[in-house]
Amino acid sequence: MKRLIRSAFVIGRRDFTATVFSKSFIMFLLAPLFPVLLTALFGGIGAQVVNDARPIVAFVGSKEDIARLNAARARLSETMQGAPFVELVGYAPKADLEMQQQTLLASKDPPVLAVLSGSLDRPRLVGPGPDHPVTGQIQLLLETARRAPDLARRDVEVVKVDSSAASMAARRSVTAHGIQALLFMVTILLSGMLLSQLIEEKSNKIIEVLAAAIPVDAIFLGKLFAMLATSILGILVWTSAGALAIATFAPRGLDTLPDPAVGWPVFLLLAVVYFAMNYLVLGALFLSIGAQASTVREVQTLSMPVTMSQVLVFGFATVAIGSHNSPLALAAAAFPLSSPLVMIARAAELPEIWPHLLAVLWQAMWVALILRLGASFFRRNVMNSGPSRGLFRRRSRA
Amino acid sequence: MLREAQHERGDSEFAVSATDLVKDFGTTRAVDGVSLAVPSGSIYGLLGPNGAGKTTTLRMLLGIIDPTSGHRNVLGHDRPLDAAPLIGYLPEERGLYQSMHARDAIAFIGALRGLPLAEGRRRADNLLEQHGLGDWIRKPIRTLSKGMAQTVQLLATLVHEPRLIVLDEPFSGLDAINQGKLERLIQAQAADGVTIIFSTHVIAHAERLCERIAIVARGKVAFEGRVDEARDRLRPIVRLRTRTSEGPWRAALPATARQDAGEWLFELPSSGPEPLLRALLDGGAGIETLAIERPGLHDAFVAIAGDAAASAMGEDVEEPQ
Repeated sequence: MKRLIRSAFVIGRRDFTATVFSKSFIMFLLAPLFPVLLTALFGGIGAQVVNDARPIVAFVGSKEDIARLNAARARLSETMQGAPFVELVGYAPKADLEMQQQTLLASKDPPVLAVLSGSLDRPRLVGPGPDHPVTGQIQLLLETARRAPDLARRDVEVVKVDSSAASMAARRSVTAHGIQALLFMVTILLSGMLLSQLIEEKSNKIIEVLAAAIPVDAIFLGKLFAMLATSILGILVWTSAGALAIATFAPRGLDTLPDPAVGWPVFLLLAVVYFAMNYLVLGALFLSIGAQASTVREVQTLSMPVTMSQVLVFGFATVAIGSHNSPLALAAAAFPLSSPLVMIARAAELPEIWPHLLAVLWQAMWVALILRLGASFFRRNVMNSGPSRGLFRRRSRA
Repeated sequence: MLREAQHERGDSEFAVSATDLVKDFGTTRAVDGVSLAVPSGSIYGLLGPNGAGKTTTLRMLLGIIDPTSGHRNVLGHDRPLDAAPLIGYLPEERGLYQSMHARDAIAFIGALRGLPLAEGRRRADNLLEQHGLGDWIRKPIRTLSKGMAQTVQLLATLVHEPRLIVLDEPFSGLDAINQGKLERLIQAQAADGVTIIFSTHVIAHAERLCERIAIVARGKVAFEGRVDEARDRLRPIVRLRTRTSEGPWRAALPATARQDAGEWLFELPSSGPEPLLRALLDGGAGIETLAIERPGLHDAFVAIAGDAAASAMGEDVEEPQ
């Protein structure tokens, strides 16, 4: 095992340095930043469109107060000339005010962002917190409503709640979809490179020198981890650029993201681990498939079905979101190619940690198994065949 | 304890042994029951035409491929890859990473065999200097000529100071000067106690370098032993030129004697040269010239491997200019 790891390290070191210190690696680093810039641009426009939608605040209070608030809102809207301004929906108070608040916050029709209750002189706002723009608008609305001579000025009591249970689940489901899609996209962009990883060795005949010196398993392992390290380096550059952009242009841009069920530190750690596992599982498979090809043309022919199969796997993984303990979801979690995608979504939605330990071990076992099978297949079908034996050629000579 | 130490160093009577190695590729049998024993510290040649099974045999001995059946032992290891740090291998189809610098290419192959990278680079610098490539130490392989690249790969084969060096058609593609250099390098390594196995289809190289040879034809070993033994399989050839064309002396010639360009050619009779000489003199042959020549390895090869194999060898001959 020690020799296998040492040999894999020699291969990995060569591949990593050859990749990272090549001119084409600069293009590799820059290329994904263009779509990110475009996304940021169009995302900004989209955000503008979304911001045009008026947030809805439920007001639970007397008819008189509702009327005064609506009157104040009308005046303010007129003053602000149609700028997005909070929408008010009035409700008569019920006996259990807390329950009424929870029900309203969980409501999707209308989608209530916050609940204002009490009276104009003792208002209470339950919602996204003091820093949210809606809170400021409510303050302004109350000030305006209170300008009637019979009411003295009073500050509104603001109570911050993360969300109701129902709306939190819904928002975490969005996080689960998002992280799953991100993991899928990053992996599909990066692991495809492994299809062509052995072409250089086969075309310049150095594979014979490598195979005479170290086990083929070590060649595969070294190449796989070299490309993982290259990918992680790329991701570090891209995320750093992204973080810099967010810090510069939208410093509070991530505040609205709901906390994942396992908490942010564990979630980010799991995101890294599951990216690595997803990359290794798919990469081991691609490396094994690509190793059978002899030419770039053959690799290109292979890339289409490989990409399509990745999309199918992604589709399979999405069924787990929202119902992680259903039979289909458990099957998707067990299937090695979809397992990392399912499990990172699970981390967004469910708080248990132990299934992740089990899943990582399970996925690591599959990485080892696929690598072993791939190396064995390579030795039997490629190394035995002599020169110029392609995947699509028949055996013609001994 | 001694045996373990020998095992570690790869010291034993035979550096490499193989028994009944068979390799099938589909329905084709490429190697058919090859057995050989390579004494430690010797230069051993695998001789045969292209397609005879030499490379496949070497690849099995090195563990690149597994035999369909049979047994092999390399430097005391039944699994050849376990002995990889003690072996250097130059494949028939040369290959290096084109973007690597010459020193890094050598150090990399040394690292594959367990040599630390820094030490590999230091040795690479020395080796390149010694072989006249000092100006190319930090040049990418793609900028080197074919001959230079071959030298770099050969140096990479030696950088970790192996106890066994396997060279597959090492003279292929080299000019006469570089063939001579390579022959001297092989002899120098052997003088240091390193076991050398090389395959070739050029009989002259085997004749000059090898202590033992295996003649491989159609996947089988037709002969295995010392070069002398191969040559001794044939009787010496007598070349006779006489002043008279007919006479009683003709009775002294064997029935297989033939004429070629005014000379009689025939195998020396088992009774030896003296009775033959006496019969020629007594029969009034009028001897102009008489030469007794020991058969060359080529003649032995023809006799052992057959005319077809010899013809195939002849088509591929790459003699130094």
